[in-house]
Amino acid sequence: MQPEQQGLEVAVLVSVGRHPITGRARRAEQDARGVELALTLASELPGTRINVLHAGQQDINSEVALRGYLGMGLNSLTLLEQPEGSDAIAALAAYLTKALPPLVLTGTRAECGEGSGLLPYALAERLGWPLVNGLAAVETIENGVVTLLQALPRGQRRRLKVRLPAIVSVDEAGPVARQSAFGPARRAKFIVTSAIHEPDRELTQWHLAPARKRPKRLKIVKAASARDRFKAAASKAGGKSGQVLSDVTPEQGAVAILKLLEEEDVLR
Amino acid sequence: MSEIRRRDPRREWIARNRLHPEHASVLAALDGIEGGGATSEWLGPSGVIRKNPRAVGFIGPSGIKRIDRSGLQSGSQPTVSAMAVSGDSRRAVNIAEPAFLVAVVPDLIGGRLSAHDKDMLGLARRLADVDVGRPGAVVAILFCEHKEEALGEVGIDKVLHFNEAIYAGFAPEVRLAALTTVERELAPRYWLFPDSPLGGADLGRRLALRLNERPATGVWQIEADNEALLGWRCTARGAAGSLDIQRPLPRFVLALAECAEPVDETRHAAERLSIAGVTPTTLSRIEDLGQVAVDPAGVALAEAEFILSGGNGVKNWDAFHHAAKVLGATEGASRVAVDDGFMTRDRQVGATGTWVTARVYLAVGISGAIQHLQGIQRCDKVVAINLDPGCDMIKRADLAVIGDSAEILAALVGMVEQRRGGQRDAA
Ligand SMILES: Cc1cc2nc3c(=O)[nH]c(=O)nc-3n(C[C@H](O)[C@H](O)[C@H](O)COP(=O)(O)OP(=O)(O)OC[C@H]3O[C@@H](n4cnc5c(N)ncnc54)[C@H](O)[C@@H]3O)c2cc1C
Repeated sequence: MQPEQQGLEVAVLVSVGRHPITGRARRAEQDARGVELALTLASELPGTRINVLHAGQQDINSEVALRGYLGMGLNSLTLLEQPEGSDAIAALAAYLTKALPPLVLTGTRAECGEGSGLLPYALAERLGWPLVNGLAAVETIENGVVTLLQALPRGQRRRLKVRLPAIVSVDEAGPVARQSAFGPARRAKFIVTSAIHEPDRELTQWHLAPARKRPKRLKIVKAASARDRFKAAASKAGGKSGQVLSDVTPEQGAVAILKLLEEEDVLR
Repeated sequence: MSEIRRRDPRREWIARNRLHPEHASVLAALDGIEGGGATSEWLGPSGVIRKNPRAVGFIGPSGIKRIDRSGLQSGSQPTVSAMAVSGDSRRAVNIAEPAFLVAVVPDLIGGRLSAHDKDMLGLARRLADVDVGRPGAVVAILFCEHKEEALGEVGIDKVLHFNEAIYAGFAPEVRLAALTTVERELAPRYWLFPDSPLGGADLGRRLALRLNERPATGVWQIEADNEALLGWRCTARGAAGSLDIQRPLPRFVLALAECAEPVDETRHAAERLSIAGVTPTTLSRIEDLGQVAVDPAGVALAEAEFILSGGNGVKNWDAFHHAAKVLGATEGASRVAVDDGFMTRDRQVGATGTWVTARVYLAVGISGAIQHLQGIQRCDKVVAINLDPGCDMIKRADLAVIGDSAEILAALVGMVEQRRGGQRDAA
């Protein structure tokens, strides 16, 4: 690994996204956030080198999408060329074991294909590196240890210290990606290397179809008699009322509320 | 017993004559002969069933006597006990020798089983109960303290509880070590995880890849399929929710919410299980430094966990803002408070504002108009402070305090400040 002063190398794994409405190829939302994080990191730690990686085939659609990342202010992108339908994990793992970047940023799940979100986990398992998901921000990188904030549900954050090299995945909690500029995107270079390809045989055996709308869950009333069913249908949902404290002093009321807040553990 | 029915015409006559002085005692005696609840019905002199409508029924809410002919209620038996019986009608199930195991790792957010967890357990039951003669057992693997008492009622046969402190917080590596031991010792046929970010979605993928298996993610439906290896086929969401993937069900399943109906008819044993060979390693490359204090005002209203919401009944807004700060709550408001200019538009809760999902919603001086209640449908616990005991918010609330909002909030703020002060002294 390079000494810390010279900055560190960050690899960002990007995929070809799909616009949810038009279905056109575009830069993937989460991966773009990963690039954004890397660019912010580079502006804070001078000397940081960003290596953007994509494994897949090269055609017009994917080039448009990948240039979307380049237009965010990158000079080049490494393309590990594979025919369509091959497993990206093997190619990326082989590349990363050779290049050994200390920090790898990925999106949580892809917008095309299976989109199972397994890639970061598979890479972490193959490389034997620690993995953290839901990255919100990188705080510091010192002595081979990165301190970062992980996004929890409900807008909460958790601080984690992770030993490098590590894989960190970014989801919607990451910083919003900057605009992609057309000129820089045209000028940037693709560095194409051919990669090993293993076809994903299992995927070809599955049946893929556009997503059906999921059936709405019905309120099933299990009642023995017509009267019970009628009562259940006629009553307001969740009609059971809770505890009502009337004729109490404000202090007594406050005690009851405080007790509930403590039970629910929302006071910090 | 002899076949000949002996009749006492005089007693029958008295039983029919409501005004006879001995009517009550004769009725009671007849009841004793004919068995429980028979006073309302007896065999008349000509062999016809006679009914006494005065002995049945109950007094309805408006003070009028009602007779329920659904058969739920017989004689003068009060309805309450009938209700109690029907409320406790779960069938007890005890699977002594399970044919196989289904392991479920619920999220246990805040120590409670979420609705997603319960759906997962429902799915586990479907997988376990395929063959009625040789049912499998559902093993729930729980990490850290939990507040659930009735684990058997959600369909859990066996509980494996890892309660050591090292499993707390974000500890994927130690949890993974524990789960690999479970796999080695118990070898469950299926592993089920909720596909929820930071919970099962993370741990499930880690475990599946550690054991070198390809999991099905985003599963929302399973169907029996004889051609598949394990006898099931699943439908899973792929490509950011735009694809449905049908495939044979693998051993590792990460399922979405509402993938199955939660268990509600049976009560399972939920017996404790312990396994040997779990050596908690403290060696971890990820260190959890704990949660960071975030500014509650910066949290989006739709995601906030704890909301203090003010309406037309709040008169002192400075005190309200102070209370929100002390309690660490995100502020919300009713439309009236927003229209009157006390709060900004992005803080409005309700049909035309934000639909909130808070775990605790503290409504101060809000009457509970239907447009407002719609917005808080998905809140877990609602607390109301209001002057009017008859308003709709009180009906919705789990805890309601009748009184002046300013005084109660002030008392609450005082107590919380005192508690915090006490903690600081102790520390
Ligand atoms: C199309 C449409 C859309 C709407 N959308 C929304 C919406 O999205 N969100 C929304 O909130 N509303 C909405 N409304 C408005 C809604 O119908 C109600 O008018 C509004 O919610 C009432 O707000 P409130 O409860 O704060 O005020 P009020 O109804 O005036 O209630 C004030 C309450 O405070 C209590 N109170 C008074 N003084 C005190 C005191 N000192 N201490 C304690 N309690 C006190 C009173 O008893 C009363 O219950 C909508 C209306 C329409 C027509």
